[in-house]
Amino acid sequence: MEIVLAVMIGVLYAAGIYMILRRSLVKLILGIIILGNGANLLIFLLGRITKGRPPIIPGDLKVFAEAYADPIPQALILTAIVISFGLQSFAIILIKRAYKVVKTDDLDEMNAIDQDS
Amino acid sequence: MTQQLVIYPLLLQLFLSIILMFSWSKISWQRVISIGGGFINIAISIWLFVYIWNEGIQTVQAGNWAAPFGITFVADSLSVTLVLLTAISGLAVSAFSASSIVVARLKFGYFPIFHFLLLGLNGAFLTGDIFNLYVWFEIIIISSFVLITLGGEKAQLEGAVKYFTMNILASMIFLTAIAVLYGLTGSLNMADLSLKVAAIENRGLVEITAILFLVAFGIKAAVFPLYFWLPASYHTPPSAVSAIFGGLLTKVGVYALIRIFTLIFVGDVFLQDTILVMAVLTLISGGLGALIQNNLRKVFSYLIICHIGYMIVGLGLYTEVAIAGTIFYLIHDIVVKTNLFMVGGLIYRITGTNNIRSLGGLYKEYPLISLLIAIPLFSLVGIPPLSGFWPKISLITAAFTAENWWVIGAILFASLLTMIIIAKVWANVVWKDKVELPKRLNFRYFDKMTNIRKTQLVAPIIFLSLISLYIGFGAEHVQQLSTRVANELIDNQQYIDAVFKTGQNIKP
Amino acid sequence: MKTIILKTASTYLLPVLLLFSIFILLRGHYLPGGGFVGGLIASIAYVLHAFANGLSNTKNLLKFHPGFLMPVGLALAFLSGMAPLLFDMPFMTGLWYPEALPVLGVIGSALFFDIGVYLVVIGVTLTIIFTIADTI
Repeated sequence: MEIVLAVMIGVLYAAGIYMILRRSLVKLILGIIILGNGANLLIFLLGRITKGRPPIIPGDLKVFAEAYADPIPQALILTAIVISFGLQSFAIILIKRAYKVVKTDDLDEMNAIDQDS
Repeated sequence: MTQQLVIYPLLLQLFLSIILMFSWSKISWQRVISIGGGFINIAISIWLFVYIWNEGIQTVQAGNWAAPFGITFVADSLSVTLVLLTAISGLAVSAFSASSIVVARLKFGYFPIFHFLLLGLNGAFLTGDIFNLYVWFEIIIISSFVLITLGGEKAQLEGAVKYFTMNILASMIFLTAIAVLYGLTGSLNMADLSLKVAAIENRGLVEITAILFLVAFGIKAAVFPLYFWLPASYHTPPSAVSAIFGGLLTKVGVYALIRIFTLIFVGDVFLQDTILVMAVLTLISGGLGALIQNNLRKVFSYLIICHIGYMIVGLGLYTEVAIAGTIFYLIHDIVVKTNLFMVGGLIYRITGTNNIRSLGGLYKEYPLISLLIAIPLFSLVGIPPLSGFWPKISLITAAFTAENWWVIGAILFASLLTMIIIAKVWANVVWKDKVELPKRLNFRYFDKMTNIRKTQLVAPIIFLSLISLYIGFGAEHVQQLSTRVANELIDNQQYIDAVFKTGQNIKP
Repeated sequence: MKTIILKTASTYLLPVLLLFSIFILLRGHYLPGGGFVGGLIASIAYVLHAFANGLSNTKNLLKFHPGFLMPVGLALAFLSGMAPLLFDMPFMTGLWYPEALPVLGVIGSALFFDIGVYLVVIGVTLTIIFTIADTI
């Protein structure tokens, strides 16, 4: 399971970075989304996968008797998902506005700011 | 009351932005609330500062969950100093934006978002939890995205795309680094991490994690190979926005670098050397970049990069004197850079342009304002006894002790470049004869403004100039503060003890 | 996209989804659910309504701009976080009313925080989606 996830995370990171390096704005957004998913899976994997052991202490005990699934990575992933949800929706609106104003999807043609003014 | 003092600056900013959101369309109220809130913020920050100065490092465990399980807010001397500087710059910028930002932009929620940005800054400075730091960073960048695109002009949107991409990439790298660090240690509390990272056997993995953090914060702080987004975007938004960005946003990256590399990843020679090389190259490339620019705000943008180098140099040398120099430079730079961009905005309001070639004759028309502008400009160069001079002494002394001649050379070269640039700006903007420009239609020139609006433009510049004069002439006090901060940073046991309450608030 | 099936269904689905979102919100403390998920479900209810009946009808139905929910929710969450300060406890400490109420169960400040989150999520999501839909 870990091996499969590790390979998948690698593929997601590679794909995300490849997409970010393209010139098109739409591919840029896709790349950011894929990269975000890769990072979330990485947190999940590095929090150690423990199957079927919820982190709940039985009523008659004070501490955990055996190994349990770590709940923190899931809280972190949830937070990261919420944040990336906000960022991505902003990004989509931004590239749409940029496309309307600059009338191009190509990052190379966005060079008004480099001109002397 | 005072037990929870640490998070009051956060609560105040959150409260202000809620109030401002409720008065969404009442612009005149928003101006009053924002400026009034700025004064309260300064009062609270001073209170917090004095309290920490007397009582030592204080912590608050959010939700009453003891460290390292809950989120800890830690106020040490570095944090409260930066919170105080945020309050000062925040007040100046909210007064400046009340007059210089056009109403159409204010109607899209400029002030609520601005206070969210300040909330994020305060949070980032005060938190003691690395994932919480990530969350505050996200709050900062989301607010800054809104501020940088507000208005939606062509150059602004193009700049925003670049700013956005690099910052989001930095966040992803930061998140990756947190994931790896959590996998290594199983903790997120920075004090706890400090203990656990030191105990890890596999140093190679620790080094890679450190490099990930270095890249993530390096992008935010705009250090050498990672700064290209900054000059592409910082001159596009209105100058009030550039002022808060130039003054504080890159400094959050510097703060995070200082915090991480003095608390968690300590004593690694390879990392120190990497940081030092990056710093030297930042100093040189930023200075050279500023030399060839003709747009006033672009010149200032490159100078931000150049001067980030000074702060990183101190971190790379990693001695108490060097860190004290870094902290002093940080204090000086926040005030002066905020002021510089506001000066740029004022010049733009007076003349209608930011191009150095078309500017001129300021001294003949406005001699007093020219004199005022001289203070931030020459503080930046560091002509004694103005504020930029003292930290450079500390840095050069530290480099001299370490016998690191390259670093001394770079510091001196960057100072020389800064001086040439500022002299060029001064000669062109203030002393050169006036260039007759065609009057722009639909543009509010400075001399057409009402007196209250004029005051709102000039008063913040006077306020920040006075503070930078104080930093220069009262350098003894600031040096004392910097030394204390440096001592706390080098001897990070104090921080750890305060978080775990083992030593019970050690006094210096 | 104005099919009669979706249109008829959405009129019934709107109240059902809203009720379901409140159920999800309330069970959130011990079971999967909570303010964020509940808020998303509630905003999906309105988005579905907008798909079926057109954006302007949904806006009429809402009576006010969804963005108004953001400060309301934030204020609620802020106040519930502030409440422990009155009892000299750290920010965001959970305060609980000792006895269970009928239907709702034990009430604590965490519930109000979650309601705040619920409102903010509805406000933010609807504002984003309405803005994107408006400009297409």
